[in-house]
Amino acid sequence: MSIDTPSVNATAPDPTSAAAARRDILHRLLMTLGPILAALVIAGCILLAVGVDPLAYYGYVLEKGLFSPLGIQQTLTRMAPLLFLAAGLIVAFRAGMWNLGGDGQFLLGAVTAAASAPVFVQLMPAWLALICSFLIAAAVAMIWSLVPALLRGYQGVNEIITTLMMTFLGTSLANVLVKLVFRDPGTTVPQTRTLPVEDRLPRLFDTTITSGLLLGLAAIIIVHLVMTRTAFGLKLRIVGANPRAAIHAGLGVPGLTVAVFAISAGLAGLAGAVDIIGVQGNVRADWNPAYGLAVIPAVFLARMNGFAAIGFVFLLSVLSIGGESAARRLGVPNHFTLVLVSIVLIVLALAEYVDHRYNQSRKA
Amino acid sequence: MFLRLWAFMGSLSSLPGADTCDIVALAGVTKRFPGIVANDSIDLSIRPGEVHVLLGENGAGKSTLIGMLSGLLQPDEGRILVDGKVTQITSPRHALALGIGTVFQHMMLVPALSVAENLLLGGPWWQRPRIEALEARVAKITRSLGITVKLHARVSELSLGEQQQVEILRAMVRNSRLLILDESTSMLTPKGIDELGTLMRRLVKQGLAIVFITHKLKEAAAFGDRISVLKLGRKVGEIPPERFRALGEQEIISQIVDLMFGKQKDDPEAVERPIRKVSVEAAPLLQVTDLAAAPTDNAPGLSSISFDIRPGEILGIAGIDGNGQKQLAEALAGQRVTTGGSVRLEGTAIEMLSVGERRQRGLRYLTDDRLGEGTVGTFPVSINFFLKQVGAPPFWRNGFEQRAEIDKRAAQLVREYDVRTPSLKTPVARLSGGNIQKVLLARELAEGAKVVIFNKPTYGLDLANTLASRQRICATAARGLAVLLISTDLEELLSMCDRIAVIASGALVGTVENVDDARTRVGRLMIGLAA
Repeated sequence: MSIDTPSVNATAPDPTSAAAARRDILHRLLMTLGPILAALVIAGCILLAVGVDPLAYYGYVLEKGLFSPLGIQQTLTRMAPLLFLAAGLIVAFRAGMWNLGGDGQFLLGAVTAAASAPVFVQLMPAWLALICSFLIAAAVAMIWSLVPALLRGYQGVNEIITTLMMTFLGTSLANVLVKLVFRDPGTTVPQTRTLPVEDRLPRLFDTTITSGLLLGLAAIIIVHLVMTRTAFGLKLRIVGANPRAAIHAGLGVPGLTVAVFAISAGLAGLAGAVDIIGVQGNVRADWNPAYGLAVIPAVFLARMNGFAAIGFVFLLSVLSIGGESAARRLGVPNHFTLVLVSIVLIVLALAEYVDHRYNQSRKA
Repeated sequence: MFLRLWAFMGSLSSLPGADTCDIVALAGVTKRFPGIVANDSIDLSIRPGEVHVLLGENGAGKSTLIGMLSGLLQPDEGRILVDGKVTQITSPRHALALGIGTVFQHMMLVPALSVAENLLLGGPWWQRPRIEALEARVAKITRSLGITVKLHARVSELSLGEQQQVEILRAMVRNSRLLILDESTSMLTPKGIDELGTLMRRLVKQGLAIVFITHKLKEAAAFGDRISVLKLGRKVGEIPPERFRALGEQEIISQIVDLMFGKQKDDPEAVERPIRKVSVEAAPLLQVTDLAAAPTDNAPGLSSISFDIRPGEILGIAGIDGNGQKQLAEALAGQRVTTGGSVRLEGTAIEMLSVGERRQRGLRYLTDDRLGEGTVGTFPVSINFFLKQVGAPPFWRNGFEQRAEIDKRAAQLVREYDVRTPSLKTPVARLSGGNIQKVLLARELAEGAKVVIFNKPTYGLDLANTLASRQRICATAARGLAVLLISTDLEELLSMCDRIAVIASGALVGTVENVDDARTRVGRLMIGLAA
């Protein structure tokens, strides 16, 4: 493939650290963009095979997701919940914990926000009501993560399995809550009470972009700074990079584990809340956008870097908004976006492997 | 000089033609790994009808030697002769084809499959397994050896001893002429060990050659015909069958003890122990009384551990590796739950405190697992200096990292401890073992240390770094700190310690003042004899 970049020479003695750093950044860039281009080519071949012009498909995706005024506004709005989810995943993955229960936590947060916000706005000023909804949405999602967190922290039970199981339970519970407990008696469709548009998060300027986007950006940047600049973040990274070193260094690993899950799930809950309070206004029964799993590849592509994650979340939004309308026009299934993203991920992993082998053989 | 001559004679005797009865012979075989010489020009002759015992402590180079015989590793220098011909054993499959079967230390059977299925593994994939032929063959072999093997039982239902018989049987089914048993008794019950011994005797009676690796002297004397002793990668002696038969068990054991623990004339590491004055009246800095911990699946528990260390004193812990040394260090540092006993630092009990609190009070633990738990390999050198102080001022203020303070102090430590690193940002795993050890030394000996536990501080280091580390440890004691030095290298302990305690099966079996006859007394304690 086109990825095997001989530009970096890991074993040569560093002449100057600046040049080495520049080479390193160049290498990183090539190792990230190369596979994406290769993946676009492979996905194009698949489109050709099913009889769709890949250039037309990519053209629609770009036009609808990026270049049309309405499209870009939708894309930026879609980013808000994705950024919160990405922030939560960055915390978990950097600490070496696989919180794959994002969807359950997201939906429970969404339902909590949808149920509480219409009540709170009648009791208190709108801004306070929204803050309260955000907080209890986060709290509910945190509580939902407690079971996997305690099992992992104190019993060493694999969190991949427990979080996935909890996400099934979580999505079902969210549905039950919508249908039985928080159902709006005023409509025939099973859904929660709708938050009036004027009480939702304000839109930015004269666009349809939600101000939740700013909250999402703030969340992911704060998470990035906490993980890279603070003692707390370093402790989490030590747990993630070498759990035995964490024990050796005297860190309270079980407590940190619970904290990681709480933060990660809390951010997923906030993602649900920001989508409801900012955009949707209510939760319909059986609504599950499955953002949680879609964001995972973006976070990996960004290598758990907050700033890079913003870029990849943007890319994911463009692909999903553009993919939705391209799907309608060209008859490609909606899920082709996911196919594209997974091809990118596989090619990236291959590139990483080839690069690693290449470096090893140079060293040997 | 004597050694050289001896090695020369050894290589003469294993030249083709000189000794035609060797199945396999090693001539001057050397194997190096980064930073260590695992085998240093080893000569060995393996003959049919003999149990050749390889004795040595952990790290003596036994496993490397077996790796080369079974085709897993290739020697850097020297030759391996099979049936008198120079042969390169390129792979485990090749070794099997040559008739060299190996039973590894850890069981290599598939527990979910039946015994017969395990025996048939590795056959040609395009053929149906020939169970009937196997049954007939196994029946013939087991009858001649006087053992019974349940062919249709699942391996997971067998005891460890039975599993081992299956592994030996597997080697026999494949027509092995040389059977290598790597630490085969380490997981067996005393009864299982006796049975294995009987089985080995029957096998050699049928003309098989056996290489039996162990570090238990009694087994060596009971089951062997010929004994070779390895020490730090070198073969330091051999007892041939003629001499073996002439001596009684006790005499053999005492000869081996001499070989294993005797002082070598040309040992470059030998240093004179500096005379330190340890005042006897001074109150002990560290007092440990009846410390106990529960055993786990793969580690012995601790029991009746009691000792104290005065300021400026080095107490050594000697013992064969895997007898609870690591558990002792972890229990003292607070990483392992204890079930009883007390640990007092300057008179205050600390056994209930956490790892961090114990460190705060001046108890430092320098781990032997430098990359596994001592450092985070992907993190820069600078952060690894402060891994145990995350969040503490002046390196963190209000939880925020003070990059300048960290780099300043790290640069200072790099200079002070002579850490050779391309930069402070270099991931610590890229450094050599010796430089990683310097990072750990700098971290543990920094301000506030009162008692320092060194666990195998020179393990795997080259000579220069070994000497530097030892100097650091002696300087630590000279500063008036109490030092607990855990090591499997007896020379090291003898050259540095004031007293040496011996650990066996998780208990301290005796403490010896490091005076004239300490070497033999510690050696005898280590192999389970009274000092």
